[in-house]
Amino acid sequence: MRVVRPRDLRTALAAMEADVAPTPLAGGTDLLVHWPVRPEAHDREYLDLQGVGELAGVRWSGDALELGAMASYWDVIVDRRAKAELPLLVRAARQVGAIQIQSRGTWAGNVANGSPAADGVPVLMAYDAVLVLASRGGRREVALDAYYTGYRTSVRRDDELIVAIRIPRRPHSLERFVKVGPRRAQAIAKVGLAVARSVSGWRVVAASVAPTVRRCPSVERLLDDGVAPRHSGDLEAALRSDVAPIDDLRSTAAYRARVLARVLFDAVGTGVPDSP
Amino acid sequence: MERIEGLAKLTGAERYVDDLAVQGALWGMTVRSPAPRGRIREIRFDPAVDWSRFTVVDHRDVPGANEVLLIEPDQPVLAADRVRHVHEPVLLLAHPSRDAVRRAVRSVQIVVDPEPAYLDFRRPPGADQVQRGDDNVIKRLKIEKGDVEAALARAARVVEGTYRTGAQEHVYLETQGMLAWEEDGVLFIKGSLQCPYYVHRAAVRALGRALDRVRIVQAPTGGGFGGKEEYPSMIALHAALLALKSGRPVKIVYDRGEDMEATTKRHPSIVRHRTGVDADGRLVAQDVEVVMDGGAYVTLSPVVLSRGIIHAAGPYRCDDVRIVGRAMFTNSPPHGAFRGFGAPQTHFANERHMDVVATAVGLDPIELRRRNLIIDGDETATGQVIADGVDRVALLDRAVELSGWAVKERDHERLARTDPWLRRGMGLACFHHGAGFTGSGEVVLASRLDVAGLPDGRVEVRSANIEMGQGTLTIFTRIAAERLGVDPSRIVIAEADTGRVPNSGPTVASRTAMVVGRLVEEACDDLRARVSRPDATGDDLRRAIVDWHAANPGAELVGRAAYEPPPGVRWDDATYRGDAYAAYGWGAYVAEVEVDLRTWGARVVDFVAVQDVGTVLHPTLARGQVQGGVAQGIGWALMEECRWKEGAMTNAQLTNYIVPTSDDLPSLRVYFEETPWPGGPLGAKGLGELPIDGPAPAVVNAIARATGAAPTEIPLTPERLMDLLDARERGRARIA
Amino acid sequence: MQGSGAVRGSPEIEIGFTLNGRPTTVTVDPAARLLDLLRYDLGLTGTKEGCGEGECGACTVWLDGLPADSCLVPAFQAEGRDVRTIESVDPARLRALHVSGATQCGACTPGVVMTALWILENPALLESHSIREIMAGNICRCTGYDGIIEGIEDAMSGRLP
Repeated sequence: MRVVRPRDLRTALAAMEADVAPTPLAGGTDLLVHWPVRPEAHDREYLDLQGVGELAGVRWSGDALELGAMASYWDVIVDRRAKAELPLLVRAARQVGAIQIQSRGTWAGNVANGSPAADGVPVLMAYDAVLVLASRGGRREVALDAYYTGYRTSVRRDDELIVAIRIPRRPHSLERFVKVGPRRAQAIAKVGLAVARSVSGWRVVAASVAPTVRRCPSVERLLDDGVAPRHSGDLEAALRSDVAPIDDLRSTAAYRARVLARVLFDAVGTGVPDSP
Repeated sequence: MERIEGLAKLTGAERYVDDLAVQGALWGMTVRSPAPRGRIREIRFDPAVDWSRFTVVDHRDVPGANEVLLIEPDQPVLAADRVRHVHEPVLLLAHPSRDAVRRAVRSVQIVVDPEPAYLDFRRPPGADQVQRGDDNVIKRLKIEKGDVEAALARAARVVEGTYRTGAQEHVYLETQGMLAWEEDGVLFIKGSLQCPYYVHRAAVRALGRALDRVRIVQAPTGGGFGGKEEYPSMIALHAALLALKSGRPVKIVYDRGEDMEATTKRHPSIVRHRTGVDADGRLVAQDVEVVMDGGAYVTLSPVVLSRGIIHAAGPYRCDDVRIVGRAMFTNSPPHGAFRGFGAPQTHFANERHMDVVATAVGLDPIELRRRNLIIDGDETATGQVIADGVDRVALLDRAVELSGWAVKERDHERLARTDPWLRRGMGLACFHHGAGFTGSGEVVLASRLDVAGLPDGRVEVRSANIEMGQGTLTIFTRIAAERLGVDPSRIVIAEADTGRVPNSGPTVASRTAMVVGRLVEEACDDLRARVSRPDATGDDLRRAIVDWHAANPGAELVGRAAYEPPPGVRWDDATYRGDAYAAYGWGAYVAEVEVDLRTWGARVVDFVAVQDVGTVLHPTLARGQVQGGVAQGIGWALMEECRWKEGAMTNAQLTNYIVPTSDDLPSLRVYFEETPWPGGPLGAKGLGELPIDGPAPAVVNAIARATGAAPTEIPLTPERLMDLLDARERGRARIA
Repeated sequence: MQGSGAVRGSPEIEIGFTLNGRPTTVTVDPAARLLDLLRYDLGLTGTKEGCGEGECGACTVWLDGLPADSCLVPAFQAEGRDVRTIESVDPARLRALHVSGATQCGACTPGVVMTALWILENPALLESHSIREIMAGNICRCTGYDGIIEGIEDAMSGRLP
């Protein structure tokens, strides 16, 4: 195993230009799972982002919250402004593992890992987060809801790093995060849901019910049109065109579809609330 | 008195087997069968690996009989020509680098010509799946009292039910591990284990060594719950074979995944009840069939089945009872000992069924139990007359009262009217657990125990019973200190080393405090007699011991005890009639559960555990035993599920095999009634297993009352509860 | 016996960090986890491995004052950090946990203690979190958690049962 340990972003991006790009390593909470019994994972090159000062921390600007690529869940949990302005971030962060994972796991790592069951990604997507991707050639911004192209695949090029996540600061009239797991803490979601409503309209994001975390455009349209669901069955029908849950080790397709509709119905209520 | 080794554990100073640094040792690993059944055609070694750097052991290296000796000699140490379950050990590798041996295991391919595997014990085997006898039955047992068919025929109501339980993984936090080395011709095996003499017996047999050329030493053991009863013999033999072949110390420590995939679990079960009741709700007939999945070798299945059927009729009075049981051979990794040992499965069925009966006859579940609980003078299913002074109805009433049942039921009705999603319910279970080995088991074990007076006047208890968290060191210290009237600091508990301690039997079956603790008392008495001071205590006794040594320099001063059954205990193995256990613990548990109909998830919000296990020897330890057992029982009821594919566990990770965290449980309220039992030390009975018998039925009964569902299977996952409630809705729609 | 010995001759990395208050310099295999470094190279075996997947918390240490699962931390990431393990804990602080029955088999216990002490040192956490939520990253199979939770509560109130 080889590790590149850059002290600045320029060096890090240079390393990413190798023929076989190294695997970026932030908090390690995904990459090191079952590490000793996965020797094939040792025979690669890693890029340790820990020492890259430009990637640290939580930064507030006039119109956005910017999470550096090394910003951890805990960094957000203890940020008072995040709790007041973007409470779903804090709620989701508290549902990621427990403190031992929250202290190390990063938001950018959660995005990069690309798990359909990610806990951080749904709330970021519901808040219209934008990813800042950097390479030696420059920077570009990609809306998180346009980032994934399939199961653990994305538009990120091999030479690019996620250097920051930018979340617009705007008021929301409704914010909900629901994680349905096999137990209350330290669990992988069977169903995840983030809902946010702002001047930009409804955002309904579901996890663990498709190859990627994804928005539910049919449901959003329904809600944007002011159609009030009368019961969860109304939403189930709309969700069928938005998500495609499967049977796996952790749950069943039928359960996921039903529960998603019910927690969504409960989250948005029977009457669409006052306009934002 | 505080836990003897508590501070060492809290500070991390306690040294478990993986914590022992051994100069020159190799790491050992196991290459396992990829298939549930078949003939081994070939073992392929990747030519890219330099195998000369590895110690490689296969079945031909077993010097004695290729058997892990337990009840039957059917399980090989290493598979020779055929495999009978996935992950069956076939080959062993050792190397100085743990990483190297982990990689090497992946460079060996066991090629198996597959044969039809028998994987579902609930269906009869096909002709080509039969591998034992003519029906794959490992063991059949039967209990019969009175005439069950006649009683059913005259019963006012007959209520039937079928109940299923799944496999449960122990998840002791310390995975299994063993260290073996040879020293002056003696083979030492040290590791995480419950039964030093089981390992010793197996080692003598498979290694073909004289008794005194094998020494088994227990290392501090990070949890067992039965999971380190039989499987450690296998790992011990593997470490020993590698050590003998390499001439170096060898350590094998399982990764969590290997531990979950390869070692034993609680037997899955299916239990059918046919119960006759009279017009007043009194049980007049209990007809019970118990089937368990034993897995691919006999291991302990016959005795698990035995304990299961003996408890299958519950703590109730009934004159006409028939219980038939069988353990099935399947091509699953063998199921084995797990806290409760068959009784949790049959208690789940029986106590869930009692609620079904109550509903059928229109009686409150509390009242139904009150009318049927054994009172002193009544007989159990095996014809054992219970007369221990315990008031079982009072236990039930106290549990119900402490739970606030009546008030809460009214609150729950209100909640159901006002909340769209949340439902709550109360659930109850009454149960018992026999302490010590079943029937004549303790007589056959013939346990022996020594208490030595040391030259400095301290007293050393020498037993083969081990500490694995349940408190043996503290309990034995207290028993000896009280018996001898000395300060606990004057008592030493010897390391469980078969070279130094007599065979006081295995650390299983809730027998340590009750059966072996009694031997501690007797050996203490014998020690005092040997210094001719039968009444000496405190400083007098210390002086007497020191004086004895002064008069007998170099000699050993040892008080001895050997097991004698309590007077009047009779058991007939042929008919399964008589006193199945010398004593029983009794429990009444109440769970309050909340179900969220958005997710069908259930959560225990309050739990009351009332029991009588005789005198409580140590309140903190006893409470901890109950709370730990209840937590495991709640996990088994709601979330712990082994998923299988082609005979292999597919969720062998703690990420996917879900056990409760602190946030999943409420504070567990524990109460003891203390009716002293004269046969136990200071009046104590066994405790360790009782607490896992009650939680699952109490929790599932509560969910049934909260939702109107009629669950029959655990774990009752949200997915299962959804299906049950959907089916009920569909049923209603059809009727409408 | 090598704990993390690599066979591929990977270049070792020299790192400096503070371990239990003492400046420490070691060379590590890039594939070694912090857990391996502590247990097998430095002999600090109080930190236990329970699962190797960040579920059970038996390997909990403090990294720069926050609990972390050392099985998920590459050893080289200890560079420049403050690492505290169970070996740094003053036994006198464990009295309440001892009395309450917080330990049984002991395999989860060092990790439990590290998280418990983090609560004790940061009592303001309990304004937003319950003890049970914070302790959810430490799986215990013996106690049912009451002994642990009560021990923490007793220690916080300065009360001994």
